[in-house]
Amino acid sequence: MANKTAAKKVKRSGADKLFETVLYLISFVLLVIVLYPLYFVVIASFSDPSAVSGGQVWLWPKGFTLDGYQEILKHAEIWTGYRNTIIYTIAGTAVGMLVNICAAYSLSRKDMVGRKFLMLLFIFTMFFNGGTVPTFLTIQDFHLYNTWTVMIVPFSVSVYNIIVARTFFETTIPEDITDAARIDGCGNLYYFAKIVLPLSKAILAVIGLWTAVGLWNSYFNGLIYLRDADKYPLQLILRNILIANNMEMSFGSGEAMQVARRLANLMRYAVIIVSTAPIMCCYPFVQKYFNQGVMIGAVKG
Amino acid sequence: MKIHTYESKKGKLWLRIRRNWGLYLLLAPALLLLLCFSYRPMYGVIIAFKEFKPAKGILGSAWADPWYKYFLKYFNSYQFGSTIKNTLTITLYSLLTFPVPVLLALAVNQMRVGWYRKFFQTVSYMPHFISTVVMVGLIILLLSPGSGLIGSICGLLGIEAPNLMGMAGAFKHLYVWTDVWQHAGWDSIIYIAALAGVDPTLYEAATVDGATDLQKIWHVDIPMLIPTAVILLIMRMGGLMSLGFEKVYLMQNSLNQISSEVIATYVYKIGIVNTQYSYSTAINLFTTVVNFIFLILANQISKRLSENSLW
Repeated sequence: MANKTAAKKVKRSGADKLFETVLYLISFVLLVIVLYPLYFVVIASFSDPSAVSGGQVWLWPKGFTLDGYQEILKHAEIWTGYRNTIIYTIAGTAVGMLVNICAAYSLSRKDMVGRKFLMLLFIFTMFFNGGTVPTFLTIQDFHLYNTWTVMIVPFSVSVYNIIVARTFFETTIPEDITDAARIDGCGNLYYFAKIVLPLSKAILAVIGLWTAVGLWNSYFNGLIYLRDADKYPLQLILRNILIANNMEMSFGSGEAMQVARRLANLMRYAVIIVSTAPIMCCYPFVQKYFNQGVMIGAVKG
Repeated sequence: MKIHTYESKKGKLWLRIRRNWGLYLLLAPALLLLLCFSYRPMYGVIIAFKEFKPAKGILGSAWADPWYKYFLKYFNSYQFGSTIKNTLTITLYSLLTFPVPVLLALAVNQMRVGWYRKFFQTVSYMPHFISTVVMVGLIILLLSPGSGLIGSICGLLGIEAPNLMGMAGAFKHLYVWTDVWQHAGWDSIIYIAALAGVDPTLYEAATVDGATDLQKIWHVDIPMLIPTAVILLIMRMGGLMSLGFEKVYLMQNSLNQISSEVIATYVYKIGIVNTQYSYSTAINLFTTVVNFIFLILANQISKRLSENSLW
């Protein structure tokens, strides 16, 4: 911050002023490139689909309509998917937090015998894994195929999150407190729950949010390990609506086909809004936690 | 001062372990899951060398004859060249875009209007939170020549809208640049953090010496970012052959398949869809080993050329 005030005091040269102007100009163009497609989806979801395909929708919705959203209400599977995703996200975040934070804490303790070896065991899996088929077969062996559990428990360990949380514990929990607690005869579990966790709210928020967003957005596990449509997470339903059906729809002609295709596209815009809105609305409020997390991770990536 | 360390060094190993039993209890759930769902599949990799039949189990299945049968099958297959070429093309192409987040961070660092800087950051991180499915849905919708944004723009310019999703040649550009659109802002956070750690006296000294803003960026900021950039590049070298499955699979269609079939999607189709378990595992194992070699090589080279390395 000091450099900014210092820079202000010194009179800025012509080259610097030109540079600054160019910088703001370019950054403004970048803002438009990022924001406009998102904005377009919002207005397209409220517009008459023939105006959208006719190239008449640019800044405001044309021929305001809620048909797209009404169409969503008719699709029961979207709401089932929504419900499933909420269950997977809440349960998965709880399990993930419990597993990863606890592991991270014990791996952060320098007086734990075998810590280096155990850490290596975790890190190794970041670079080496069994692959798609052996993992699939393992899930089948444990009789987890096509169950709710498979979406919540087996893949909840995140080595990256463990490393980030471990770094946090190592750098913010003073060893002196640990020593003092030890001398007072305070057990590790009691100490962890009563002293370490309350001091670590920031990292709990970061890991929790990361896990929740990851679960909300994932479709791979559902695609591979689920068979019944009533267990599908929202993203898998979205895949059918947004992507899989798209190809079939683009062939064929005729008036009725045209209308159906337009309505389908309108619904797609609306579906994007409905599925992404929860995250986009929460995001600005929790943004600072996300940033903090990346920075903690950066200390010792 | 630290009585317990003195004591524990002298104490027996078992005593030290028993005293910290709580820590092992905390680690147990993660370790158990890791053993079951990461290490158990690694043991399952031996089916790459077997004629695996699910009914007979891993141990009961006969060994392949010769043991490298399925590796040979892949090397001799038509897909060997094309899947590897497509995977490497896309990963190397994305690797080339690594300066984008660096440039963004340098730009953000120069923004002196507080609210604008914050707004710019918030907006540039936003697309990162869109799920892959929605992102690909968005790409398809906006790029559909009949009804998407691209149709409208081309109509405005008076040219015929191309069907980009159906053009095999466009696949890699679409994949890489939509990725930049989605993640470059987020990836810049780590560099912004590194720039926040620059010693302000460096800037002051540069100002006194009459350096312009551009010169400060060149001589102060960029040297600050190199170690971080190198580490991230090494990490990405370890993933050269393992291009993520999710986005490619979703963007794939029958028209662009020649350039969009990568190793990960091929492994999925062979293994999960066609249930040729041993063959799919062999391809997987081959790519994992190649990745590992790349990672070690990149790390070694970087160690030689600079001070930066993963280990």
